[in-house]
Amino acid sequence: MGNIARRQFDAVVVGAGGSGLRAALQLAEANLKVAVLSKVFPTRSHTVAAQGGVSASLGNEEPDNWHWHMYDTVKGSDYLGDQDAIEFMCRKACDAVVELEHYGMPFDRLDNGKIYQRPFGGHTSNYGERAIKRACAAADRTGHAMLHTLYQRNVRAHTQFFVEWMALDLIRNQAGDVLGVVALEMETGEVMILQAKATLLATGGAGRIYSASTNAFINTGDGLGMAARAGIPLEDMEFWQFHPTGVAGAGVLITEGVRGEGGFLLNKNGERFMERYAPTVKDLASRDVVARAMATEIKEGRGAGKDGEYILLKLDHLGGDVIDKRLPGIREIAKKFANVDPATDPIPVVPTCHYQMGGVPTNVAGQAVMPDGKGGEKIIKGLYAAGECACVSVHGANRLGTNSLLDLLVFGKSAGEQVVKDISADVKSLPDLPADAADKTMARLARLDSATSGERVNDVGAEMRRTMQAHCGVFRFPDSMAEGVKKMLAVAERAKSTFITDKSKVFNTARVEALELDNLIEVALSTMISANARQESRGAHDRSDFPNRDDVNWMKHTLWYKEGNRLEYKPVQLKPMTVESFEPKPRVY
Amino acid sequence: MSSVSDDRSRDRIFWHCRRGLLELDLLLQRFVARHLDALDDGQTAVFVELLEYDDNDLFDMVMKRAEPVNERLSPVLALLRDV
Repeated sequence: MGNIARRQFDAVVVGAGGSGLRAALQLAEANLKVAVLSKVFPTRSHTVAAQGGVSASLGNEEPDNWHWHMYDTVKGSDYLGDQDAIEFMCRKACDAVVELEHYGMPFDRLDNGKIYQRPFGGHTSNYGERAIKRACAAADRTGHAMLHTLYQRNVRAHTQFFVEWMALDLIRNQAGDVLGVVALEMETGEVMILQAKATLLATGGAGRIYSASTNAFINTGDGLGMAARAGIPLEDMEFWQFHPTGVAGAGVLITEGVRGEGGFLLNKNGERFMERYAPTVKDLASRDVVARAMATEIKEGRGAGKDGEYILLKLDHLGGDVIDKRLPGIREIAKKFANVDPATDPIPVVPTCHYQMGGVPTNVAGQAVMPDGKGGEKIIKGLYAAGECACVSVHGANRLGTNSLLDLLVFGKSAGEQVVKDISADVKSLPDLPADAADKTMARLARLDSATSGERVNDVGAEMRRTMQAHCGVFRFPDSMAEGVKKMLAVAERAKSTFITDKSKVFNTARVEALELDNLIEVALSTMISANARQESRGAHDRSDFPNRDDVNWMKHTLWYKEGNRLEYKPVQLKPMTVESFEPKPRVY
Repeated sequence: MSSVSDDRSRDRIFWHCRRGLLELDLLLQRFVARHLDALDDGQTAVFVELLEYDDNDLFDMVMKRAEPVNERLSPVLALLRDV
C-alpha cells in the first residue's frame, strides 16, 4: 500500500442522491461514524430531476392498499421483478412517505390537510380495474424536495460528507469480503483508502452509456464499474427504460402531452408513419409501440437528418397560440435544446434512455449477493447497494413511474438498518486490509498518468454511446446486436489505452472523466452482452426476432461477470413474503 | 487578462457546471465554451455565484420562469439565458 493515506469509518456510503442520503441518515442516527462520498454537492445529485412523485397506497383520495400496488408493480415488471422484494417495498411505502412528511418534506396537500395524491401510468385500483391516485408529489419538484429534506436531516445527524470525492475501486480480501474503497479527492488529486466495516453503493444509474439519454453527465455508473472490476456480477443490465421523445443530440424530454395535443411524428419522407404501426390510435399509441416504430423507421433508413438518425415531431399545425396555451414551456425547451421553434419547424426527436432497471444484485436488506457456486446464493460481506445502482429487483424488466423514488427511500433505509445490525452483531473491529488493497487502482492511475499517447477519452466515449444507441437501443434487431457485441468489445479494448494531456494532480477533471469512462464501459459491455443473449421480449427488452415473452426459458435474471464476459442466470423469486404469488399473465394495459 | 487564466480555478468552474439536471449540464457547457474566457473577474465571480444556486432554481432563472433576487446577477444571467 506504500504511502497511501488511510482513514477508518464504520461505514462508507458512495453517492449522495436519494438512496445514499436515506441510508446515511439511518447510519448517522445510530451514531455510527459515516463517510458519504459524492462527486458533486449532495443536493446536485440526479435525484433532483425526478418530477412525478413517490407512490404509496395512503388512500387519501380513494380506497387503496399495498396489495393493489404490489400487483401493479409485478405486472409492470413483466413478471421479472422479485415478488418478495416487491411485497416488501409496497408494504413499506406508506411509512416511508409519512416518515418523510415528518422530516418536513413539503408534499402537496388536500383541503383536509392530508397528502394530495395524483394518478400515474400503470397504477390501478383493484388489480387493474381503473387508474388510481397513488402518487404523492411536491409540485413538479418531488425529487428536489426529497433530496433537500434528506440532506438537511443528515446535517442534523452529523453525517460526514466528502464532497468532490470520487470512489474508484472496492477493496476485497481473499475471502471476498469488502473492506472499503479507494477514493480520489478531486481538490488535491490525492488517493486515499477509506477503510470501513460496511461499504454501501448508492451511485445511481448509468444512462450516459447512450448518446440519447435524459441522465445528467454525472450518471456514469461508478458503483457498477467498481463492482464489476471487483468480480461482482451485474444483474439484468439489458433492461433500460426509454422515453420515445427526447431531443435528438441533447436528451431533454419533450412531454408526451405534445402528441396528446395533436402533434405527430414524421419520417424523412414526410410520412406520418404511425398510421402504419397503429392505424387507429396512431401517435397516441403506448410509449413502447411509438418508440419501437421510431426505432424501426431509423433502422430501415427513413430517419431524418444528415445521418438519418432522428424522427421529426411536428406541431406547427397547432399554431403558436395553441402551443403556448396548451403546452407551456415547450417552445422555450425546443428553442434552447433543439434550436427550432416548433411553431414553424418540427422538433428532431429520438427514443431516449431514462432509467436503469438492472444493477448490483441485492436482497431486500440491501446486502449485495452473488451465486455461491453451489447452486445457491451468498451474501458479500461488507457490501450493500440501494437505489438505481442496485437490482433488488423491484422493477424487473420495466419500472412503473413513481416507484423509483419509493425504491430509494425503502431500500436506502433497509440497507442502512442492515448495516447497523451487521456492525453491532459481528464486526467489532476493522478487518486487516490485504497488502495489495490499492495496487490495481494505483496501477490504473499510473498508466493514465504516464501514457503520452493513445485513445482520447472523448472519442472512445462517443463511440461507446453511438454503438449502444445504434445496436442496443429501445428496439433490438438480432443482426445489429451481434454486430454491437463485436463493436463494444473493440471499444472496450480501446478504452484500455486512453490518455490525457493534463497530468496535473489538482482538480484534474480530464482524469476524472477518464476514470468515469472506465465505469461506463463496464456498464455498456454488460448491457450489450446481456441483451444479445436474452432471446425473448420482456418489458423494456424488445427484440424483433423474439417478439414474445418466453416464461418457460427466460423467466430468470441475468448475471454478467466482467471476467470473460461470462453470463449466468438465477431464478426470479416468484414467492412473495406472506401473500400468494401473482401468476404471470400477458401484460396488457 | 482573464481571471480564469489559472487552469485550476477554470477546472473547478468546469466541475461545478456538472449538475443534477441534464438541461443545466448542456446549457452550462455551452456557456463555458462560448463565454468563460471572455468574462472579467467580476463577471466570473457572478457566474460562480450563480452556480451555487440549486439546480431547479437556476434552471427556472435561465428559462425566465423566475427572476434573480439580486440585480447584480442579471448581466451574466442574461448571457446564460442567451446561449
